[in-house]
Amino acid sequence: MSKPKVGIFGFTGCGGCQLEILNLEDQLLDLVNAIEIVHFTELVTEYSDTYEIALVEGSITTKHGVERIKKIGNIAKTIVAIGACAVTGGLNCLKNLYGLEKAKELVYGDKKDWIDSIEVKPIDTYVKVDYYSRGCPPNRFEIVDIVRSLIVGRKPEIPNYPVCVECKRNGNTCVYELGITCMGPISRAGCNSRCPNSVSGCEACRGVIDEPNVNAQKDLLAEYGLTVEDIMEGFNLYNACKGKTIEQKGK
Amino acid sequence: MANNLNIEVSPLSRVEGHGDLIINVKDKKIEKLMFRIPESPRFFEAMLVGRKYDEPSHITSRICGICSVAHTCASIKATEKALGIKPSEQTINLRKLIYHHENVQSNVLHVYFLAAPDFFGVGSVIPLVETYPEVVNIALRTKKMANDIVRIIGGRAVHPIRTVIGGFTKLPTEEEMIKMKEMLLASYPDLEKSLEILRTLKIPEFERKTEYISISDTIDYALYDGNIKSTDGWEIDDQNYLDKMKEKVVKYSTAKHCWVKGNVFMVGALARFNNNYQKLTDNAKKYAEELGLKAPCHNTFMNNIAQFVEIVHSIDDSIRLIDKILEDGLDEGKAMTDIKPGAGRGVGVVEAPRGLLIHDYTYNDKGRVEKANLIIPTGMNYANIEKDMHALVPTILDKSEDEIRLTCEMLIRAYDPCISCSTHFLKVKLINR
Repeated sequence: MSKPKVGIFGFTGCGGCQLEILNLEDQLLDLVNAIEIVHFTELVTEYSDTYEIALVEGSITTKHGVERIKKIGNIAKTIVAIGACAVTGGLNCLKNLYGLEKAKELVYGDKKDWIDSIEVKPIDTYVKVDYYSRGCPPNRFEIVDIVRSLIVGRKPEIPNYPVCVECKRNGNTCVYELGITCMGPISRAGCNSRCPNSVSGCEACRGVIDEPNVNAQKDLLAEYGLTVEDIMEGFNLYNACKGKTIEQKGK
Repeated sequence: MANNLNIEVSPLSRVEGHGDLIINVKDKKIEKLMFRIPESPRFFEAMLVGRKYDEPSHITSRICGICSVAHTCASIKATEKALGIKPSEQTINLRKLIYHHENVQSNVLHVYFLAAPDFFGVGSVIPLVETYPEVVNIALRTKKMANDIVRIIGGRAVHPIRTVIGGFTKLPTEEEMIKMKEMLLASYPDLEKSLEILRTLKIPEFERKTEYISISDTIDYALYDGNIKSTDGWEIDDQNYLDKMKEKVVKYSTAKHCWVKGNVFMVGALARFNNNYQKLTDNAKKYAEELGLKAPCHNTFMNNIAQFVEIVHSIDDSIRLIDKILEDGLDEGKAMTDIKPGAGRGVGVVEAPRGLLIHDYTYNDKGRVEKANLIIPTGMNYANIEKDMHALVPTILDKSEDEIRLTCEMLIRAYDPCISCSTHFLKVKLINR
């Protein structure tokens, strides 16, 4: 079996997803052996524009970015979006919430017209994405699993059940009991409930599951004297671009 | 011998983010020299406006994956100052401990994965897996140790969860503290081997005197806390950074640039070393001496060596911190401090792996951010990088174009520029007062 040629690309983001690949440590050498990395600017000087698989981090926020992602879309047979910024637009979308022109003016003042910046979008606005490794940061083992699946021709298994399932399995006390709000009941698992494990509320960085039980989340909020509005601000941290409210998600 | 030269490296590889290098030389004179940042701006100062006091540390952590602990701590310190929150000594010691290991993982990544390939004449660390497996294995082991410590204290290696304003949402257990100490003790043989390898590297000769700025403390080799100090002899309280620094927008870069009293200056490991050499552990001093690093050092390429010396210091000092925390006894009651939201302004200054990092927030009486200013190390180094290039290029014009290109790339890489962070990066200017 020939090794698949892989390109790893970064768009607007923090570089943390690519770092999580390097943070594989114990598995990194196996990964590097199983694939041929032909494009990875953060790590490798040489590059080629012939690759089958593209792992893409970051959101599209500039005109130049739109051109680049479209070019990748024309070359790669399979595109995997890694991390919240690529998948949903992630935290970058707070710029859209604030207002693009207002944001440019606030940061760059009267020099704002020098800056190439457009409304933030996830990459699937511009190219077809085959698989999503969600989260901020993504689960590095899930990235490996997706790559492994692509090599052997199997469909990767991405959880479509709520974080509460993992949280219960980990034996955590529900953080609502401790007075902390949490998006766990409707958020997509796959992170091993890492925030509740650390006594913090889930912020839905992996987005919402396909058919969330919105009523259960509402009942839970009501039980603790909270409303949907109380948690929307936190929910918007990673999900402002996809723009659906929890109400819409239920429909 | 090159009389005329046109070098354009776009994008520059093995740096975090996207930067371009452009050099034009005509009749042995530099006509154009530019280190350009076309990376997309992100507008964090706008994103923060209106957010509640417990959110900025989570939001600004996402400025940079490699130094997310630094951004988290700068943010927490700014908010704690603004709201008058005083964390426990236990919290501060644990923060210093997690802080050391972000610095270790970042310095390892830079020295071994990003900078070392240049010294071995290859384009990346990947060929070294075959040719110098020991180098790669040392790097992976040390990086894993540091990341595991960040995971144990922070809940994960990138974008820590448990480090919040007021303290920690969850403390490590005593068993975990002991395990971390064992991991640290086990890392010394790799430091010894690294020393042997680093001794064989030929660091380019170069000297250009500049001003070095870092934080500084009376006891610690300052990373987490201290005054802002310059090798030009001044020292100010971190809350007063605006007395010395100014930022401005430059046309070819989405990163703002930074000046001090009209001078360019350097921040990062070498600046810390030059300002705070005396505070290093004796062991780290011994490593510095073995590698020919003496304060003050004006060779930018030696920043790589200063980063390695810091790895040694961080490992030594972590063992001291763990002993101290265990001796005092881990106390759940001291994990969090009470928080009362209110109006106020606070500045949080830390040493990110790449240098001085400043978060400055103003809160309204509802505990919401009214105004935020962030000054990022690579933004401070930017002007100094260009000055270094102006000094370096004329001295190497007798070399081949490939060698000139490589030496210039190595110089920029020596700064370990973090361009994701700096896409807010303005030129920061120091004011003469």
